[in-house]
Amino acid sequence: MSQAALVSGRQIVPARRTNLQRLIGHRDWQGFWFMLPAVAILILFLAYPLGLGVWLSFTDTKIGRAGEFVGLDNYDWLSDDTTFWMATFFTVGYTVFASAIKFAIGLYLALLLNKNLPFKALLRSIVLIPFVVPTVLSAIAFWWIFDAQFSIISWSLRHLGLIDHNINFLGDSWNARMCVIFANIWRGVPFIAITLLAGLQTVSPSLYEAATIDGASRWQNFRFITYPLLTPIIAVVMTFSVLFTFTDFQLIWAMTRGGPVNATHLMATLSYQRAILGGNLGEGAAISTAMVPFLLAAIMVSWFGLQRRKWQQGSE
Amino acid sequence: MNHFSRRKLVKGAGALGLAAGGGLLEFAQAFAQDSQWKPEAGASLNIMRWKRFVEAEDQAFLKMVDAFSKATNVKINVSNEAFTDIQPKASVAANTGQGPDLVWGLFSTPQLFPDKCIRVKDVADYLGNKYGGWLSAPESYGKYKNDWIAIPVAVNGGYMNYRISSMNKAGFKEFPKDFQSFLELCKALKKNNTPAGFALGHAEGDGNGWLHWVLWGHNAWLVDKDDKIIINSPETAKALEYAKALSDTFIEGVASWNDSNNNKAFLSGDLHLTSNGISIYVAAKTAGAAGDAKQKAIAEDMDHAFHPIGPIGKPTELQLAFPIFAFNYSKVPNACKAFMAFMMEAQNYNPWLEGAQGYLTQTLKAYESNPVWTADPKNKVFREASARTLPASGVGTLSPKVAAALAEFVVVDMFARYCTGQEDIKTTMRTAERQAQRIFR
Repeated sequence: MSQAALVSGRQIVPARRTNLQRLIGHRDWQGFWFMLPAVAILILFLAYPLGLGVWLSFTDTKIGRAGEFVGLDNYDWLSDDTTFWMATFFTVGYTVFASAIKFAIGLYLALLLNKNLPFKALLRSIVLIPFVVPTVLSAIAFWWIFDAQFSIISWSLRHLGLIDHNINFLGDSWNARMCVIFANIWRGVPFIAITLLAGLQTVSPSLYEAATIDGASRWQNFRFITYPLLTPIIAVVMTFSVLFTFTDFQLIWAMTRGGPVNATHLMATLSYQRAILGGNLGEGAAISTAMVPFLLAAIMVSWFGLQRRKWQQGSE
Repeated sequence: MNHFSRRKLVKGAGALGLAAGGGLLEFAQAFAQDSQWKPEAGASLNIMRWKRFVEAEDQAFLKMVDAFSKATNVKINVSNEAFTDIQPKASVAANTGQGPDLVWGLFSTPQLFPDKCIRVKDVADYLGNKYGGWLSAPESYGKYKNDWIAIPVAVNGGYMNYRISSMNKAGFKEFPKDFQSFLELCKALKKNNTPAGFALGHAEGDGNGWLHWVLWGHNAWLVDKDDKIIINSPETAKALEYAKALSDTFIEGVASWNDSNNNKAFLSGDLHLTSNGISIYVAAKTAGAAGDAKQKAIAEDMDHAFHPIGPIGKPTELQLAFPIFAFNYSKVPNACKAFMAFMMEAQNYNPWLEGAQGYLTQTLKAYESNPVWTADPKNKVFREASARTLPASGVGTLSPKVAAALAEFVVVDMFARYCTGQEDIKTTMRTAERQAQRIFR
């Protein structure tokens, strides 16, 4: 009796179902119903905050005071704000340099760890250490390592007689930029290395054997077997890496707080400073919203560029 | 009857400012009975405060918390946060309507969200009448548009910390009293490889403190008394030139300094002149007493001095104010007010001020005679911190906009951009003006 029925005279007439009941029971809609909890979670925790952030960027909301719609006023002020542009350029530079170097080192480490080395398991665990240490702790450690007066690097070089005064690591704009990029690379390499290592282990050894019998060099093995088969993993891992790097906050905040003189501000840290410390939520939201096009562009490049089927098949 | 008599006795002792550690609970009980603010039944208070720099100050604070809790049956939870974390956490609480009931914060934090603060005129009037009135700059930290939104608990005096021997070697018998001599001292210190150093980074207390002093000392201001932006001025240009000349004599790395860097550098012996609270001296003295010969020598060889007077001809200090305020989302406003009043009572405040060893300066006139100011001659200048400081708004009025400008380091960054060579004078003034216009729009 899954379908209720009414008896009318001798005929059995199926029960009339409401539109909703029909929708719930319809096979074509079942997928939608199963997706609904996930959609609700995504809307509540992702789409709504994002939409709210975009809306706030069009208002003059302050902490503790609801704002009014001001159109593009916040963006207009930002367009003429040197600190904002400096943060934007540095965010892009930080992401490009750190991601590229992280990828190169990560891939190299993955290829190395994929070989039959003694203490392989131990070495793989050691590589993961920077990723396991909480970001704030490693950032504070770097803050000490790069301290203007008590840097272990300066101390060592001074005692070796190589320098006669401390290196101004975090007090000079370019030095500070290089220091935070270095710290980001140190922290981000294990994620890429271990993920690529997992990808490498899915490549069948028979492919290498066949190629070697055909006379392929080690470079050709890498270029025409390893690399094409790894591209889907590279696409995923680099998408995540770029997103994590672009939206970095903890490392910068713990090491430099955006200094010296705003030289290491990322868009995320500047947004925080304006919105939470300065109380201008609308303006902070505008800076955050300005990050979205960059993030979308990064995702597009990864997914539509690196995932092209032709690349995966190894052809040009 | 017996209880009433004891209470009267304790009240009498309080009027004399006597600190009887053992009688604190009795005083708290008497206060609870007499107080016009009766904590709500079953109240519990969450207090967020800045993380202490002087251990004895924290101990004295916790003693009074404990006594208040026992006397009023109010459960109290105290959380300690670093200077830099107080304001963001308070801001989030203000915006979400959830978090601590009371925040003991820095500078003009309550002025960032005055609409979210409980009005405390009754508490301020009660304390002002009882303890000789409020000193004027601290009073402005408690108010927004003539309405009391916070109780200015104390001021942290930041003064010149210097090594006596290094100053003497640089050719100065006493600490300079004007800007020109001060510059000469810094130059001589650098020459002797005993350099000065002042934070040019985002150091809430130290960076804001010394750079506003230089700016205001040249009669240059971010805003005038009508809150009109006047930072782009010939006076500011002179202040920038002076700060650049000073910064050329500094130890390396000051552009990356936060509030803790100069403490560490001074205590290590690398730094010989800086602007700071008394915490460096207290740390050296404490370590010295515990047997650290190097720190003992530093404590003996250091002293404090007022900031020299600039061309304006009067003190232009910006000292770090510590106001306490309650959020209007709190379900226990009476408990908040009772605690605010309780912590400022003589029986609590006097021993607390002594425990702070000069790190905190009174905001009520009656406490100017606290023995801490005469116990050690090196403490003396810090007594004047509340009387000599200007509010963070300078000649303007404290408002959310001034608080935002301070929180965004508009003045600090203006100086830092020029001193580090990132921008020339005209550009850095224009950038600061533009930032101020954005904030004050």
